[in-house]
Amino acid sequence: MARTMFEKLWDSHVVWEEPGKPSLLYIDLHLIHEVTSPQAFEGLRLAGRKVRRPDLTVATMDHNVPTWDRSLPITDAISLKQMETLKKNCEEFGIRLYDLYSEGQGIVHVIGPELGLTQPGMTIVCGDSHTSTHGAFGSLAFGIGTSEVEHVLATQCLQQMKPKTLAININGKLPPGVTAKDVILGIIGQIGTDGATGYVIEYRGEVVKQFSMEERMTICNMSIEAGARAGMVAPDEKTFEYVKGREFAPKGEDWERAVEAWKKLSTDPGATFDKEIDFDVTDLAPLVSWGTNPGQVVPVTGVVPDPASFENEVERKAAERALEYMDLKPGTPISDIKIDRVFIGSCTNARIEDLRAAAAVVKGHKVAPNVRAIVVPGSQTVKAQAEAEGLDEIFKAAGFEWRESGCSMCLGMNPDILQPGERCASTSNRNFEGRQGRGGRTHLVSPIMAAAAAIEGRFVDIRTWNINASA
Amino acid sequence: MEPFVRHNGLVAPLDRVNVDTDQIIPKQFLKRIERTGFGQFLFYDWRFDDKGEPNPEFVLNYPRYQGASILLTRNNFGSGSSREHAPWALLDYGFRVILAPSFADIFYNNCFKNGILPIILPEETIDELFKRVEANEGYRLTVDLEEQKITDDLGLEVTFDIDPYRKSCLLQGLDDIGITLQHEDAIRAYEEKRAADPYAHLL
Repeated sequence: MARTMFEKLWDSHVVWEEPGKPSLLYIDLHLIHEVTSPQAFEGLRLAGRKVRRPDLTVATMDHNVPTWDRSLPITDAISLKQMETLKKNCEEFGIRLYDLYSEGQGIVHVIGPELGLTQPGMTIVCGDSHTSTHGAFGSLAFGIGTSEVEHVLATQCLQQMKPKTLAININGKLPPGVTAKDVILGIIGQIGTDGATGYVIEYRGEVVKQFSMEERMTICNMSIEAGARAGMVAPDEKTFEYVKGREFAPKGEDWERAVEAWKKLSTDPGATFDKEIDFDVTDLAPLVSWGTNPGQVVPVTGVVPDPASFENEVERKAAERALEYMDLKPGTPISDIKIDRVFIGSCTNARIEDLRAAAAVVKGHKVAPNVRAIVVPGSQTVKAQAEAEGLDEIFKAAGFEWRESGCSMCLGMNPDILQPGERCASTSNRNFEGRQGRGGRTHLVSPIMAAAAAIEGRFVDIRTWNINASA
Repeated sequence: MEPFVRHNGLVAPLDRVNVDTDQIIPKQFLKRIERTGFGQFLFYDWRFDDKGEPNPEFVLNYPRYQGASILLTRNNFGSGSSREHAPWALLDYGFRVILAPSFADIFYNNCFKNGILPIILPEETIDELFKRVEANEGYRLTVDLEEQKITDDLGLEVTFDIDPYRKSCLLQGLDDIGITLQHEDAIRAYEEKRAADPYAHLL
C-alpha cells in the first residue's frame, strides 16, 4: 500500500503496539540540554535507573549560556549551576557533551545537523519544541517534555499516539528578497498558530525542492509555531550531499547502504494525507509580525491591522490586547515602526547562509545611531566559518556586536534581553509577550529584513531598499 | 504520580486565547533543577508588576478566585515551548483541571505526566462556563474522570471525551517508564535487529 514518508518512519520504529494503546516508538537520537534535563536525570537516580543508550544521547549547553567572551566568568550563579549539573550528569551516565568551551558547542538544533548526527530516516527527540528543525533531513523529529526526556533516557523509547498527516504544497516562484522565513511565517499567518495541531507536516512542492538544506531547516523549525508536532521534507541529493563526510555520518559501505535506504523514504505516489494545503509563494512579500504570536504577520508594505477587522470576538480581543502590548496603533504603516534592537540569531536563522545573507545587506553601512544590534551565530562551527569568510568584520565595521554561540535573545534566558518597552527586529521564532525580556516587543523577520532594519532604524522593504542612497 | 479520580474545586476564568508556556512560566524561572516550587512564578509577568507586587487587575489575584483549582480558558492553551515547567507551575499553584476548547499538543501531553487533567470542551460549553463563573461568586465544578462528567450545583451536566488509555493511566497514577519496561524483550529484540543491519528497517 502506498505510504507517506511519515508512515514509513513511524512503521519502521514501532517496537510494540496493541489496539487502544499508544505505540512504543524507538528513538534513534536523543539530544539534551541544560534546561529541560536536570529533573529527568534526578528521576533516574531516584528510581535507580540507568541511561539505556548513552551512545544515542548527545548533550550541549545552549539555552542559558552567556554569549560574551568565553574566557570571562559566568556571573549568573543559577545558570552556572544548571550547566554544572548537566556536566555532572553527562559524566555520571557516560553521555557525550559539547560544553561551553567545546568547538562543537552551539544551539542543539544547529549542531545536530552540523555534526552529521541528524540523518534521514531517524526518529529524533529533544526537550525543546524546535526539534522539528531536524525534520528537514527526512527524519521524524519532535519536542518532548522533561518526563518524556526521562522516559527516553531510561528506555530509548517513547509511548506515542499516532498523529495525523498534513501535506503543505509550496509552489510558485519565490520573488527576490523573499526568504524561507517569509514562507513559513506566511504559512502560519494563513493557517494560524493552532492550524496544524495534531498533525505532522510534510512540506512538499517545487519551492521546497529548490530550497537549500538550511532553508528547509528554517521551514521545519517553525512547524511548532503552527501547532504541528513535527515538520519534514523528503530527503534528496541535496540532503545526502549535506550529510556526506560529516563527523557522525555513515562512512564507506555503510554510506552506500544508508543512501539506498534513505532514497526509499519519500512519500509513495498515490499515498494520501489526512489533510492537504496549498501555499503559493509567487505574490509573497517579506513579512513582519505585528502582534504577540507568530501567526500575526503582515507584508512589510502593509499596515498594522485594525482589531475591528477580525470577525471572531475572541480573536478581536486577542488582537486588541496584542496591539496594546506592542504599543501599536491600527493603520500604522509597518515601515513607520522604529526599532531599538536587532537580533540576528536562533535555531531558526543563525546558520552560515543566514549570516552571509545578512552580511551582504550590511556591508558598507552603519547601524542606525539609536539601534543596538547583535549577531549570535548558531554554533561555534558557524562562528568559525563566518570568521573565515570575514563576515564578522563586516558586521563589526557596521556596528553590530559579534557574539559567541547560543540561544541568546531568542528566549532571553541569558543576559541578552530586551529592556521593558524596547522594540526588536528579530530573526527568531516567537514574538510572545515578554519572550525576549519582560515588556520587550518582538517583531519576527528574515535575516535580510533584520539587517536592513538595523541600518535604517525602522522596517524597510528589502526588495526596494536603495542601498546606494542610504550608504 | 498522584492518581486523578474525582475533583471538586473553585473555578478561575482566564479569558485569553493562545496562552503560551512563556506566559505560564516565564523563562527566568526555568533555571531551577527541581520539579517543585514553580507555583510562585505561575503567570508571573501577569500576576506581578515591575516591582514584584501583585497586579490587582489580573484575574487570579481577585479575592474571589483565591484557592481555585480548576482553570477555565480559551483556544490553544499551552502553545509554544515544550517546557514541562508549565504544568509543574500550574500543579504547584493548585490547579488539577484545565478546561479549554483546545490545547497545544506537547503541553496537553505533559499535563497527563503530572496528574493534571486537561479537558477539551466545545466552544459553546466553554462560553456557558465563563458566564456561570462570572455570574456566581464561589462557582465550583465537580469533575469525575471515571464517569467523564462535569457538574455544578446549578444543574449543569456535561460529558467529555478522553483517550481511554490516558484515562486509565491517570485514574491509577501509573508510571509510564514502568509500563514501557514491561516490554523490555520487545525493545531488546528491536535493538538486536537494528544492530545486525542498521538500515534494514527502512528498506
